[in-house]
Amino acid sequence: MMPPLGPPLDRVDGRKKVTGGAKFAAEHNLENMAYAAMVMSTIPSGTIRSIDTAAAKRSTGVIAVISHLNAPRLGPAPGQPPAAGQPGAAAPPQQQGNFAEPQLIPFSDNKVHYVGQRIAVVVADTIEHAARGAELVKVTYDETPARLDMQQFREQGVDRAKSLFTKGDADAAFASASVKIDQIYRTPHEHHNPMEAHSIVAAWDGDHLTLYDSSQNIFAVQQTMSRLFGIPKENVHILSQFVGGAFGSKGSTWPHVVIGVLAARMVNRPVKVFLTRKQLFFGNGHRPETQQRVALGANPEGKLLAMIHEGMSQSNDVCTYAERFVRPTKAIYAVDNMRAINPIVSLNLPSPTYMRAPGESPGMFAIESAMDELAYALKMDPLQLRLVNHADVNPEDGKPWSSKSLKECYAQGADKFGWSKRNPEPRSMKSGRDLIGWGMASATYPAHRSPASARAVVKSDGTVTIYTGTHEMGMGTATVMSQLAAETLGIPVERVRFEYGDTTLPPTPISAGSMTAASVGSAVFGACDALKKRVAEIDGVDPATINAESYHTILSKHYLDDVEARFDAKPPQQEPHATQAFGAHFVEVAIDQDIPVVRVQRMVSAFAGGRILNAKTARSQYFGGIIQGIGMALLEETHFDKRLGTFTNVNFAEYMVPTNADVRSIDIIMVPEEDHDVNPIGVKGIGEIGIVGVAPAIANAVFHATGKRVRDLPITIEKLM
Amino acid sequence: MIGSAAATAGLLVAPLLGEEARKNAAATQQADPNAIPVALDVNGKVHQLELDPRTTLLDALREHLDITGPKKGCDQGACGACTVLIDGRRVLSCLNLAAMNSGKKIVTVEGLAGDGRLQAIQAAFIRNDGFQCGYCTSGQICSAVALIREGRAHSDAEIREWMSGNVCRCGCYLGIVEAVKEASNATV
Repeated sequence: MMPPLGPPLDRVDGRKKVTGGAKFAAEHNLENMAYAAMVMSTIPSGTIRSIDTAAAKRSTGVIAVISHLNAPRLGPAPGQPPAAGQPGAAAPPQQQGNFAEPQLIPFSDNKVHYVGQRIAVVVADTIEHAARGAELVKVTYDETPARLDMQQFREQGVDRAKSLFTKGDADAAFASASVKIDQIYRTPHEHHNPMEAHSIVAAWDGDHLTLYDSSQNIFAVQQTMSRLFGIPKENVHILSQFVGGAFGSKGSTWPHVVIGVLAARMVNRPVKVFLTRKQLFFGNGHRPETQQRVALGANPEGKLLAMIHEGMSQSNDVCTYAERFVRPTKAIYAVDNMRAINPIVSLNLPSPTYMRAPGESPGMFAIESAMDELAYALKMDPLQLRLVNHADVNPEDGKPWSSKSLKECYAQGADKFGWSKRNPEPRSMKSGRDLIGWGMASATYPAHRSPASARAVVKSDGTVTIYTGTHEMGMGTATVMSQLAAETLGIPVERVRFEYGDTTLPPTPISAGSMTAASVGSAVFGACDALKKRVAEIDGVDPATINAESYHTILSKHYLDDVEARFDAKPPQQEPHATQAFGAHFVEVAIDQDIPVVRVQRMVSAFAGGRILNAKTARSQYFGGIIQGIGMALLEETHFDKRLGTFTNVNFAEYMVPTNADVRSIDIIMVPEEDHDVNPIGVKGIGEIGIVGVAPAIANAVFHATGKRVRDLPITIEKLM
Repeated sequence: MIGSAAATAGLLVAPLLGEEARKNAAATQQADPNAIPVALDVNGKVHQLELDPRTTLLDALREHLDITGPKKGCDQGACGACTVLIDGRRVLSCLNLAAMNSGKKIVTVEGLAGDGRLQAIQAAFIRNDGFQCGYCTSGQICSAVALIREGRAHSDAEIREWMSGNVCRCGCYLGIVEAVKEASNATV
């Protein structure tokens, strides 16, 4: 077995990425390819009265203008029964695909549900001609009253995700508790903003579709295309070799994919869609705003007696998304009396979606801010308060943890940070003109797993190729899977080739929810283990005797060109354990006394996420989560204009993300954790936990520095004036 | 798939017919009446192009020359993914028209590794894991090459400040600073 901390191998695709050799979706320039430019709605609610395409059609190079006026009706949306006159019937869940807006098939009618809806597309021979054509399309509307303000409709919240969780009597326990915190916390709309825009190149050959898609979920895209275009799944070939960041935004099939594929069919040539940065802010998902009430009741020793977590978040009527900010509530502390619910208010806003650590990230901001407030109310060290309420079993269902090393994370993080030297008094620590603040917070994220398959083939020269559909958005999947294969087979990693990102390969789940390593890894491990045994069997030897040279020797001896094995890995039906990763962040901020810009001076973050396959790429993923957490805490907010019904700061200059100058010292501690129950390879997944808890740790440090409690993110200068 | 909805439905979309189809075919053959000649010297090779005057240098490289190392991140000069070297200086190719750069020496990330040998900065990016998805990397590396030449890599703080025009959404800044420092020391 591999050690708990895997060797820090350089990325296997590193050379391609530093030489410009990695081809992203839109970089597949096909012969005779045309370009598509989207036309977006400018009203939040109503119907399209007219679309004047005359000027656009006359414009140089324009091939076609497509909208609901001339587009054919596409098949039923995944999961939806067919409309009258349409073929097909509701598909079973595994065939439903992942269309993001089941109630809004592109160009199916004249209804407008939000600003930025794709209502027409211009196809032309060049990017410039397509963009000019799109500018010339004139649309008129009949507006209807729009629902734009979550506060106004807060009474109409619906528990779409069936999130309600109750245990004991939370209200009674809260009422009788001697120490209480009851506050409202807010997180804003945020956008994923991956560096690579969502993009596709679609090409039809008869009734076969080839689609290069910047997707983190190719098999679901395949299902979606099959259903919407009425062709067998086998006729749809999706390729996604390199994805330029996704963070959840590329997990669903968004309208531009359907529109691009439709356009390619209608103009009978390959079509490229490359959304503009502005367009990415509408209709490709965002983390929706939340308003959360957290009420904590404790006894004077700090033992939590009651925890109430409720509030609301935004969604719309065309998608099914629900931000589940109470998910961590049920997993983080031992409380006997609990009530948690996250209702959804449906508005005329673009469709939200999951963004790195959905649920956990906004939810833990509220919980961990409230815990800090409770610590001050109790005059207790915030870390000590968390230790007092440590959950030894899963609070949700009482199941034992497959493993949990949160206490070690607290201890090692606090030690390295120097937490014991903290003066708890706000505004007590200074450095020159700067107020210094120290804050901490816990982190957690579930260890998910989904079915996945892999095939391993060894050739007589002793080299091995692993085939599995999965994706590489920068998590290091190609690297760690190569390492895992090499380790399992007992060969040097240089002899392993990893083939992925293609629907002709064995199926894998969406690469999201921190489950790729666990899901695909279990399949790769299974396939390699089976291959090793098969090779041993061929020669009638004990698999334990197989070494790096055995493959060549045995295959040559038996005149075999290659031997292969496939493995379909499935999570168990009944999981006796609760599986969850944990961590802790310790933050120092420095804030100028007169111009209160918050600087994160240093962070120490300790995580226990099961076995780490590659210490180098894992460290980078933790960094990435933490740095997006710094953005969430201090910079990121998509402003929404409630009069116009539109997001306003829809570019990279006004939607601020952390730059190099915003990041100073970050220390990652990877607490070794052996877990034999979570899955066959003992990994928990680490893609999201890095961001969870960063924002509250910073907010808590800001309180410690300034004495000001900021309960609505981001913590901008004016909130500290 | 036998018996499934999709298998029996038949393809729902037909190509356009009639006037639009004829125009479609014609558009591929007609030369753009507004096109102008542009000669781009990229990585030591001169390319003669006929381009729409509005074509940015970035689109000329990516769409007309299939040189896709330079990336389109924002197309508005705010992210640095499209950074290339023009006559040795780092430039945002999305804010430059191709026509402005006739005759200038343009170097993209593809032009850095001579004879297949990585430059010190490229190797340092790999060693220090200065990227994850790799989409901003071409721009980061071109920026880093110029930054070292500019003599702005003396300290972590200086590197951070002068590399801040190149956004990395995966958050690889610590690795990037280490890589620049390492390559700078190797170069001096």
